[in-house]
Amino acid sequence: MIRWLLLLMLAAGPALAVGDPADQLPNPAQEERARVIGRELRCMVCQNQSIEDSDADLARDLRRIVREQVAQGKPDEAVLTFVHERYGDFVLLKPPFKMATALLWGMPAIALLGGALLIRGMRRRQRVAPGPQELTQAERDRLAQLSGRPRE
Amino acid sequence: MSEAAPNPEAAAWRRRALLLAPLAAAGLGGAGFYAMLRGLGTGDYDPRGVPSALIGKAPPDFSLPPLEGTGLPGLSAADLRTGKPMLVNFFASWCVPCVIEHPQLMRLAREGVAIMGIAYKDKPVDSLGFLKQRGTPYARLGVDQPGRVAIDWGLYGVPETYLLDKGGIIRWRMAGPVTEEILAQQVTPLLRRYA
Repeated sequence: MIRWLLLLMLAAGPALAVGDPADQLPNPAQEERARVIGRELRCMVCQNQSIEDSDADLARDLRRIVREQVAQGKPDEAVLTFVHERYGDFVLLKPPFKMATALLWGMPAIALLGGALLIRGMRRRQRVAPGPQELTQAERDRLAQLSGRPRE
Repeated sequence: MSEAAPNPEAAAWRRRALLLAPLAAAGLGGAGFYAMLRGLGTGDYDPRGVPSALIGKAPPDFSLPPLEGTGLPGLSAADLRTGKPMLVNFFASWCVPCVIEHPQLMRLAREGVAIMGIAYKDKPVDSLGFLKQRGTPYARLGVDQPGRVAIDWGLYGVPETYLLDKGGIIRWRMAGPVTEEILAQQVTPLLRRYA
């Protein structure tokens, strides 16, 4: 029984996540613009979805606001700024580059640089490591003495 | 192939450090995890918490109608500058954590703290029932049924509570219920500081 319910829920999940078609803009070009903007905006309730993907109440309200402003002819930047001013950096799925986010944006470069330095260090150590060395004359004498062979 | 170490003492020390490094990492991780768990318990740490974009700013301009039947006046931005610190509390009758925080709000109101209420996406009759049953801590109460004013505040759930200083600037925001711990550790000291 429970298994069937779970299967049903899995099947129903993606269908529910789609926004209400009644909220869509009649102009397809504007609707497409609104979707592009909406995909840049995080749903603050579910946090790992954009407002276009989320079925949360707040996401629906924000979708409506985005569409209203697009229909009013506001440029994309202005719509994003409207939401950003109210919800802060976290609402942008692509956070802006500034002091607080420098580490976040710089991490791939830092990781790459760290890896390159590590590899260089390992290579150098390999090169420096001495191979088998020739015996000195004194060592050869001692060896010969111990093994009882005549001297060279 | 063994590595030729120029100094056997240094090599021995390095071996020991290598042995201790995982232990130290595990110890640090454990301490961090413990601090997180403790913070979760006391409410100091919230992994889903997001700082409000309005901290240090004046609240947005708005004007909300009163809730009929309470006898309280409605709420607008001009009401938030009284020369005293105050709380602005978003609530709804359908919100379970709002029930948890309600006694704390009642206590603050009894102590003379001004609390402004905003009923978020709630049917007026339900808000009224909620307040009739549990008491009204609010000095003023606005009804935001469409939830648009809430978005201007950057609200992302109920309850949310904002603390405004005497100049009407937003200084603190709590997303989630004001528990007894949060009341004692954060709200009361902040009210004193911004008085």
